[in-house]
Amino acid sequence: MSPLIEVRDLERRYARRNVHALRGVSFDVEAGQRFGIVGESGSGKSTLVRLLAGLDQPTAGSVTFRGRRIDGVAERKLKFLRSELQIVFQDPMGSLDPRMRVREIICEPLGRVDRGRVAELLDAVGLPADAGERYPHQFSGGQRQRISIARALAPRPAVLVADEPVSALDVSVRRQILDLLADLVDRFELTMVFVSHDLGVVRQVCDTVAVMRRGEIVELGAVDQVYDQPQHAYTRELIAAAPSLQAALAKLRSPN
Amino acid sequence: MTLVVEGLGISSLVRDVSFTVGKNERVGLIGESGSGKSLTALSIMGLLPDELGATGSVKLNGRELLGAPERELSRLRGNEMSMVFQEPMTALNPSMRVGRQVAEPMSIHGTRRDHKQAAVELLESVGLPSETARAYPHQLSGGQRQRVVLAMALANDPALLICDEPTTALDVTVQALVLELILSGTQWRETSLLFISHDLAVVASVCERVLVMLDGEIVEAGDTLDVLTAPKHEYTQRLLELSV
Repeated sequence: MSPLIEVRDLERRYARRNVHALRGVSFDVEAGQRFGIVGESGSGKSTLVRLLAGLDQPTAGSVTFRGRRIDGVAERKLKFLRSELQIVFQDPMGSLDPRMRVREIICEPLGRVDRGRVAELLDAVGLPADAGERYPHQFSGGQRQRISIARALAPRPAVLVADEPVSALDVSVRRQILDLLADLVDRFELTMVFVSHDLGVVRQVCDTVAVMRRGEIVELGAVDQVYDQPQHAYTRELIAAAPSLQAALAKLRSPN
Repeated sequence: MTLVVEGLGISSLVRDVSFTVGKNERVGLIGESGSGKSLTALSIMGLLPDELGATGSVKLNGRELLGAPERELSRLRGNEMSMVFQEPMTALNPSMRVGRQVAEPMSIHGTRRDHKQAAVELLESVGLPSETARAYPHQLSGGQRQRVVLAMALANDPALLICDEPTTALDVTVQALVLELILSGTQWRETSLLFISHDLAVVASVCERVLVMLDGEIVEAGDTLDVLTAPKHEYTQRLLELSV
């Protein structure tokens, strides 16, 4: 069986700013995989998300979705992708229209309000049934992210791309949203592409991880393998730099 | 004691907050968004929005800050006490060269006459080359900007430095460096540190003592090791569970 998403030698240059955001990236995402992309700012992960979603065009290379090329294709021919692949963004407030009721927001990808579907989706993401009548500002950050997830699920996508979905949230809410995403991926048999700067978060939800630096994938493999036996020096540096409570407490126990 | 906070209340958002920070001591303030940790910091700096009144007492080296006239507070800010915020870009003036901004606290308070040279030395002390003085903030990376802000905050060897989520907006590899610079910069100056963060691992690597804030109150306080290995309050216990 061929992979769900095939990325080959993908490059993206921004000529005017002389920035080479992606320098030849290749990988496959298989159906059902939880594919993590980890990198720091400037690593090219956001550029990659835009190209996977057909929101930008590469300067070289290809992106294939279910065997169909999506790079270099006119927007009107990407309708299938808009329902098959949905994105959850970092800042829920910035991606929810403050003037729309939650039920309208959730139904936006459908092009019509379907109250039955709204009820199903609110229930799936753990929001009360009457949430549909309210506006985004009436919800907390975690609840807003639940609304974005409900909207993303509305067209019954095969792939959910989560771009730093918990980075703006408090730790106690973070865990709830990660658990929710994992649960939904199982329940609806989704494929997930999960982008984050936070190694720990990726480890919690993904089975595979690609480590990016300066537009390249420097390491790709099963999550446990990459975390326990990192092969690339940069991966080791990232793991070592991530603050560890255990290490900090050990140092406090025996100073020097 | 460098800082003594007693029965601090801010509107109904912060209630009966009391703690001290001794000379050269590093104290962490842990809590989630809305817990009141930033308001507490702003009330110490005298930077609360006008509509929020503070009650209680905040003393810096024995001098009462709450209700002190703005003229007196502005003599202390950037001099005896200073603050590093989460977003370096909004803390810097986009249209002023970095060197002048770092020199500003020294020229305003008249602490050094050779501020130009002093600014370069301060930049070097946070690991930035002397050419950085001629750069504008937008020409620097996030980590470099935060190091500039730290250099400014330490320019007059303050008695108290408050850092509010100083590395939250930074990449992990840069975070480690900035934390190291905060530690080394405060240690030799014997500057007391009030360090605000939601990240237990970061607080544990910086602070000797921690305060845990929830819904405007301090629910637990003690030595970092005690609080983070044998937490008494259920909220601290929950935070720890989520941090592992």
